[in-house]
Amino acid sequence: MERTSIALTVNGVRHERKVEPRRLLSDFLREDLGLTGTHVGCEHGVCGACTVLLDGDSARSCLTFAVQCDGASVRTVEGLGEIGALHPLQESFRRHHALQCGFCTPGMLMTALDLLAKYPLATDEEIRAGLSGNLCRCTGYANIVAAVREAAAARGDDRP
Amino acid sequence: MKPPAFEYVAAESVEEATARLAEYGDDARPIAGGQSLVPMMNFRLVSPAVLVDIRRIAPPDAIGEADGHVRIGALTRHRALETSPLIRDRFPVLAAAMTHVAHLAIRNRGTIGGSLCHADPAAELPAMAVLLDARIHVARRNGERIVEAGAFFEGALWTALEDGEIVTRIDFPLLPPGTGWGFREFARRHGDFALAGAAATVTGSAGRAAEVRIALFGVGETPVRAAAAEALLTGTGFEPDAVAAAIDALRNAVDPDDDLHASADYRRHLAGILAGRALGDAWARAGGGAA
Repeated sequence: MERTSIALTVNGVRHERKVEPRRLLSDFLREDLGLTGTHVGCEHGVCGACTVLLDGDSARSCLTFAVQCDGASVRTVEGLGEIGALHPLQESFRRHHALQCGFCTPGMLMTALDLLAKYPLATDEEIRAGLSGNLCRCTGYANIVAAVREAAAARGDDRP
Repeated sequence: MKPPAFEYVAAESVEEATARLAEYGDDARPIAGGQSLVPMMNFRLVSPAVLVDIRRIAPPDAIGEADGHVRIGALTRHRALETSPLIRDRFPVLAAAMTHVAHLAIRNRGTIGGSLCHADPAAELPAMAVLLDARIHVARRNGERIVEAGAFFEGALWTALEDGEIVTRIDFPLLPPGTGWGFREFARRHGDFALAGAAATVTGSAGRAAEVRIALFGVGETPVRAAAAEALLTGTGFEPDAVAAAIDALRNAVDPDDDLHASADYRRHLAGILAGRALGDAWARAGGGAA
């Protein structure tokens, strides 16, 4: 199958690659760019582990073809923070022990980042509804909700 | 799983998209947000030889008002419907329904045209189109037509679209002043497809319901209007006996399936409960018919 040239920006770095049209964005990030922070769980949009920001909006990278991302800007968990300089949301997850095995965590973080940008998240019910598309099999969610609750409160007066 | 290999064509206009789809025939499928198509490809339930990407066709997300309708471009994303001030003002029931559609990441990508064409029996947008008598604009090579929402949905995942046709625009006729609305659905987990759902509008006049509309979804092959129940409530003051008779009528009119998630009897029961609540909300928002 003929490969298609695409150019996109991932975490501020421009990449040009030739991809098969059927290449999913999730596999493009992991296999072609070596960015294995984005995890692949169900590959049909149910588990949320592969969530990234695509042009600023959260998206399932397993439900997006890389060819459809030509010209796009992608942010993955690698673009948040690093050891010793965690993103405030990562710091909140760490403080609240909002992860155990870590498989769902990149998707949780990218989803929560978009929720924090778009919704008041004034109640736990709203936080839980927002996170309902991301499955976690370890924590029971309570600590994830607590971490997002703290991040929501820390936004201050500029909340939406 | 991974999707099967396909050839990718990006169309820049409706003319180009429909020409390409006509050229490849039933080997081709259009793709926009891909939020219904890509899961089916990953499961290999569908294996199109060619995908025609219509995502770049302008205007990608137009929402405007003209000639007594709100017109919505087919590529408008669910999230844009959820947040549009015009939709919130003219069709608050539609804005409310959008918050129940899957999850934010899906709403950010999925389009109104895609949801209508996918035609899941439990999806919210097809039910909104049926409730609000939407007119669906369809283009094919060298032509276009308009399909009324009531005639668009022919079965589960089955529409009146023919090979080579794409949806370009959806027109929603404005509701009369004094119209209240209600939207209720029940799902085991927020964002899942509803086990059943109901939406209603009531236009009040001097303490009476001048016009009543009820749409049900998740309780049959397609979203349906509860015509008998609508007729029973039209002209009433929503007295308890009138509402009870309407709920009985709509329960008798639906034909839900048993599946893993719920029995047919339970879905029929839910349809009545949810329709009753949606009607109550709509009647209250219409000022109890005072407007």
